[in-house]
Amino acid sequence: MIDKFMASPAAALADVPDGATIMIGGFGNAGMPSALIDALIAQGARELSIVNNNAGNGDTGLAALLKAKRVRKILCSFPRQADSWHFDALYKAGEIELELVPQGTLAERIRAAGAGIGGFYTPTAFGTKLAEGKETRRIGERDYVLEHPIHADYALIKAQRADRWGNLVYRKSARNFGPIMAAAAKTTVVQVSETVELGALDPETVVTPGIFVKRVVRVAVPARKAA
Amino acid sequence: MKKLDRKQMAARVARDIPEGAYVNLGIGLPTLVADYLPKGREIILHSENGILGMGPKPAPGMEDEELINAGKEPCTLLAGGAFFHHADAFAMIRGRHLDFAVLGAFQVSSRGDLANWHTGAPDAIPAVGGAMDLAVGAKKVMVMMEHLTKQGESKIVERCTYPLTGARCVDRIYTDLAVIDVKADGLHVVEAVEGLAFEELQRLTGVPLKKALIAA
Repeated sequence: MIDKFMASPAAALADVPDGATIMIGGFGNAGMPSALIDALIAQGARELSIVNNNAGNGDTGLAALLKAKRVRKILCSFPRQADSWHFDALYKAGEIELELVPQGTLAERIRAAGAGIGGFYTPTAFGTKLAEGKETRRIGERDYVLEHPIHADYALIKAQRADRWGNLVYRKSARNFGPIMAAAAKTTVVQVSETVELGALDPETVVTPGIFVKRVVRVAVPARKAA
Repeated sequence: MKKLDRKQMAARVARDIPEGAYVNLGIGLPTLVADYLPKGREIILHSENGILGMGPKPAPGMEDEELINAGKEPCTLLAGGAFFHHADAFAMIRGRHLDFAVLGAFQVSSRGDLANWHTGAPDAIPAVGGAMDLAVGAKKVMVMMEHLTKQGESKIVERCTYPLTGARCVDRIYTDLAVIDVKADGLHVVEAVEGLAFEELQRLTGVPLKKALIAA
């Protein structure tokens, strides 16, 4: 019997080695798998490369992982925010490497990895600093920049509901990077608010099919502010 | 001369967005445009974190941390709205499906180069977000900015001195002084604020302007 449900975030992340590349879902705090990040901090893996849209907000989640000095490198599109003080301090001290990627290129590089694509040409960033040193090509009337996929050892994402095969549905704008990161990592670990019986998810509305998911952990969520 | 304030600038941009348009409003000043879209026009707002049909700010107490806009502020979803993942959100942008992107700017050059993501200062932490994708992807790129810096220098320049977001990508510039189209043969003034003569606008702007054929 296939059963991807795990007893705890700690059990789901026990095998993360030092030096791993880890995708973390979420756009700001929407879709950020906080319980998995807390477990990763407790687990102790170091020298991590993190892929996320941002570089942590406030003092929790990804920001706490940075604060704990577990991250060697971050790939993201938008590190600088009013409340990104932990990243800012590490960056200014030269204690973290930053690979800044335009947001659409970040998403497509992740998608490409999951889809087995070796690279793609995008018009984004052509003629800018972020394309310096990259191969370019004129196709038809436009100029493009060659970009490569981003693969990861682990993806830590958040979804709303899962069954034991790992089929997922998401909630509102918390979906963001979840589906593409799930496909791009060797081991995808999902924090969900609810687990359901096989057959309970409408197959027409499954967003991430279970083939992309290895482990699922249910984490009770505090009551939302809104109804 | 009567400079437009931020709200008036937002209202001016909003006036040009037609019924049925799919539009992405950038973070900051462009976000204000949402509040001035003409009533009675169905205009669909796109957010790069996976929303089409984004609605206004929720009522106090109704915020949902899983329903936020690109600026990470709480928003709502209109009836008919949809959620999707980030790669689809940017396929909509890059794939030329969006009718308009409204972006802020540090500088725009006379050939439509845009600089809005980085001051280039050595100690500044760079952050680009979706700006470079929007600049190359939207069918029309509208820039909204003050005409002059705090030091009184024109933000419309011959060549951008800040790092580029995109080359030759801006179609129209809305400032607190004028509306200017970027065309192959240069900058055409579509309209200027009340009491601002073309010659004075030209003097403040520094790079050559043309009078558009149709007066505002």
